[in-house]
Amino acid sequence: MSDPLFEYLCRMGDNTLVLGHRVSEWCGVAPVLEEDIALANTALDLIGQTQLWLGLAAEVEDAGRDADALAFRRDVWDFRNLLLVEQPNGDFGRTMMRQFLFDAWHLPYLTALMDSKDARIAAIAEKSAKEVTYHLERSTDTVIGLGDGTEESHNRMQAALDRLWPYVGEMFVGDAVDSSLQERGLAPDPASLRPGYDELVGDVFTAATLKRPEDDFAHKGGKTGARHSEHLGHMLTQMQWLQRAYPDATW
Amino acid sequence: MVIERPSIDTVWGWLSEVPDPEIPVISLTDLGIVRDVAWAGDTLEVTVTPTYSGCPATTIINLDIETALRERGVENIRLKRQLSPAWTTDWLTAEGREKLERYGIAPPRPAGGPEHCPLCKSPDVERISQFGSTPCKAQWRCRACLEPFDYFKCI
Repeated sequence: MSDPLFEYLCRMGDNTLVLGHRVSEWCGVAPVLEEDIALANTALDLIGQTQLWLGLAAEVEDAGRDADALAFRRDVWDFRNLLLVEQPNGDFGRTMMRQFLFDAWHLPYLTALMDSKDARIAAIAEKSAKEVTYHLERSTDTVIGLGDGTEESHNRMQAALDRLWPYVGEMFVGDAVDSSLQERGLAPDPASLRPGYDELVGDVFTAATLKRPEDDFAHKGGKTGARHSEHLGHMLTQMQWLQRAYPDATW
Repeated sequence: MVIERPSIDTVWGWLSEVPDPEIPVISLTDLGIVRDVAWAGDTLEVTVTPTYSGCPATTIINLDIETALRERGVENIRLKRQLSPAWTTDWLTAEGREKLERYGIAPPRPAGGPEHCPLCKSPDVERISQFGSTPCKAQWRCRACLEPFDYFKCI
């Protein structure tokens, strides 16, 4: 295993990078203009956060790479994002369910990171948390609005939840990287956030008239890089093609 | 060679004339994103904090600061980024708030919404979306004059 801090920072940056790219795929094709703008803004925040996380990862690695090199020149097996964020957009409802399931983890996680003993991590978390507060507010409202909406929107939201729930568990499974950071007071134990998460999403599902799946089976392998789903590689062919075809191209 | 260094107050004065690239009616100092100005030897250090982490205006702002200082003869400039404490709309100056309102953008309020429509001043307003044309703004609408308007959201 490489330096745990570098690994960890790649995980944080890859989550926001991959989700940010996914959300940006809606730009220009969202159901209504306000949603299009909201999705593009969310993507922009996430990509901005990526620059901070991967910028710090590159600094820690100290091998002459920068945030762009990490984002555009690594191959799929080097990515460390959660499987949840690489899942395809599906319909608008599924995109918003994915966002909600992520935001409901992201905000409390960033809030915990604000107490990190590494001032650089704490500063990025503090900055990001302000933006993610708005993301969670919006995704919560949308999940409730569509879940408790028409029969059609309700069914689509329940289908989205059933499909994405198996990707929730990975957010709370710690490994040697997490332990290493936790021992040094740099990051929280992922499992410690599960009770709060279950309570938050439970309340929202109730308000949204959605049923939480009974089985908590969880797909894993994204954050460790052991086994990404087939979707990530396809996404990278889109996201990385310009820097792969024209290395170091700038505008 | 004798280098004449402008005073820190003079530099703050110069920076107060640099407009925000997205909302040119307010200056960078109105916005509250210039956190510090200091001399380190013969290098002028300007510390800037981003509004939103992904705001594309950030690189333009740095360029505009550098250009403004060079035009006034400062040769050695170092721009520093400071993330913490994170920028808050509390740092918008009173003057900046007034300028926003006059421009047609409702200034931020801790209550989470605009006091009234910046155009007709009616308090009967509703939110359209928490997100708007730039990361710092939300879309609102006035129920009295029916005009949509931007609200500079609290962060």
